[in-house]
Amino acid sequence: MRFARCVVAVCAVLVGSACTPVADGSASGPPERTLTVFAAASLTDVFRTWGAQFAEQHPGTTVEFAFAGSSALAEQLAQGAPADVFASADQATMDRVVADVGVADEPVVFARNTLQIAVPPENPAGIGSLDDLAADGTTVALCAEHVPCGAASRAVLDAAGVAVDPVTWEEDVRAALTRVRLGEVDAALVYRSDVVAAGGDVHGIDIPEAAAAVNDYPIAVLADAAEPELAQAWTAFVTSPDNAKVLDDAGFLLP
Amino acid sequence: MPASSSPKPAGAPLTGRVPRLLLVPALLGFGFLVLPLFGLLARTPWSTLGAQLFSTGVRDALLLSLATASAATVVSLVLGVPLAWLLARTEFPGRSLVRALVTVPLVLPPVVGGVALLMVWGRNGLLGRYAAEWTGYGLPFTPAGVVAAQVFVAMPFLVMSVEGALRGMDRRYEEAAATLGANRWTVFRRVTLPMVAPGILAGAVLCWSRALGEFGATIMFAGNYPGRTQTMPLAVYLEMQRSPEAAVVLSLVLLAVSVLILVVLRDHWLGAR
Repeated sequence: MRFARCVVAVCAVLVGSACTPVADGSASGPPERTLTVFAAASLTDVFRTWGAQFAEQHPGTTVEFAFAGSSALAEQLAQGAPADVFASADQATMDRVVADVGVADEPVVFARNTLQIAVPPENPAGIGSLDDLAADGTTVALCAEHVPCGAASRAVLDAAGVAVDPVTWEEDVRAALTRVRLGEVDAALVYRSDVVAAGGDVHGIDIPEAAAAVNDYPIAVLADAAEPELAQAWTAFVTSPDNAKVLDDAGFLLP
Repeated sequence: MPASSSPKPAGAPLTGRVPRLLLVPALLGFGFLVLPLFGLLARTPWSTLGAQLFSTGVRDALLLSLATASAATVVSLVLGVPLAWLLARTEFPGRSLVRALVTVPLVLPPVVGGVALLMVWGRNGLLGRYAAEWTGYGLPFTPAGVVAAQVFVAMPFLVMSVEGALRGMDRRYEEAAATLGANRWTVFRRVTLPMVAPGILAGAVLCWSRALGEFGATIMFAGNYPGRTQTMPLAVYLEMQRSPEAAVVLSLVLLAVSVLILVVLRDHWLGAR
């Protein structure tokens, strides 16, 4: 059948392309090394920028990232996902990884983050404070409470004494941000850095209660890293004061 | 099924040794499919199973899943059977294109379907914008949104199954009815529908189970809220990050439901094939 032949041809192409990098690796030249970094979703933009710089400084190195909610990454690590470095959006999740997987060195805090209310640029619900999030008919996206931004949101809302019933609990902060970007909700509680990352797509509103939950971002080399030296170099790069400006520009606070 | 006119009786097996080149991969394939199910059973926390099963979280997610999958199947039947009939029984320009478009959701990753649904039915979507303006309601973040996501991914299964049944049907019964003066609607209702009923049932089962397992389009389009849009697959995914044990329990429930459906409908399947 023609269809069957098509399928075979497509499979052959896919298998072929999947094999290509391996074939290249065996050729002569600088040794190819891959650093695998598991990082909180909120670090996406900063780490991508740094990843490109780091790869330039270390020829032959490819930096691969997995960005997701910190707790999803912690669970994957506990299940044996191969990674060299873990950067979490809070201390609690890092503590879990230290206990479940083990780290080579004490985790180092390299950044901090606070929450802001993100609203679409035209702010359809006229949100100005945390109290407005509890208003009837206001649609709000919050992070699920088991991810760091969700735990921070809970702390901030409790501190303000505001009870918000969201329309959805998102599994990481970027998913909550996306709801605002698409205009599907009137507001979401996200990190200040996420509002910066979204550029003009969302508008950030400062909340005084945010001081109740300032997240620390620890980074650590994992105990069974396949590339421990490269992993150390990466954490040194991330924690270097020379690179702090990138964090500052991205809306993070410095430790 | 109408009698086949083929001379050789189908189903009479050839005798002789099973070639090893077929047997080995067949057994490997079987093992690969079945082993994970045993893995699930092996890791089930049997001692606390009862308590976890009857927690309100599990009950809410299960009820929501059963209700939305059933609603999605009804919607798919109402819209999908006529669509299948149109594809199988009428001639119109661009019919093959229409059929190709109907099958797109079959191969599309469901999460892409979720994004696409948002672009159309979201609050700022092509149509959702007007729906929100005129009615004040929208599909995202509601159980109706869950059903919409499920219909999008599951209805093509029903359409394909019913269309296949329609094409395999003996057209002479319809022609006879038409000769006797029945119009097309009467023919469809009195002759076609009863004759393809097994195909419709098979399609509905396929559609229902696909809807029950829907994850990507649902979380993208309907979000995640316990009791409202958090179906079983979403609950499994989210529990995996919090308490893998609970995720295993939820998975076990889904597995049990699937096996139950298979057992209940086995006779129908065997009868239809």
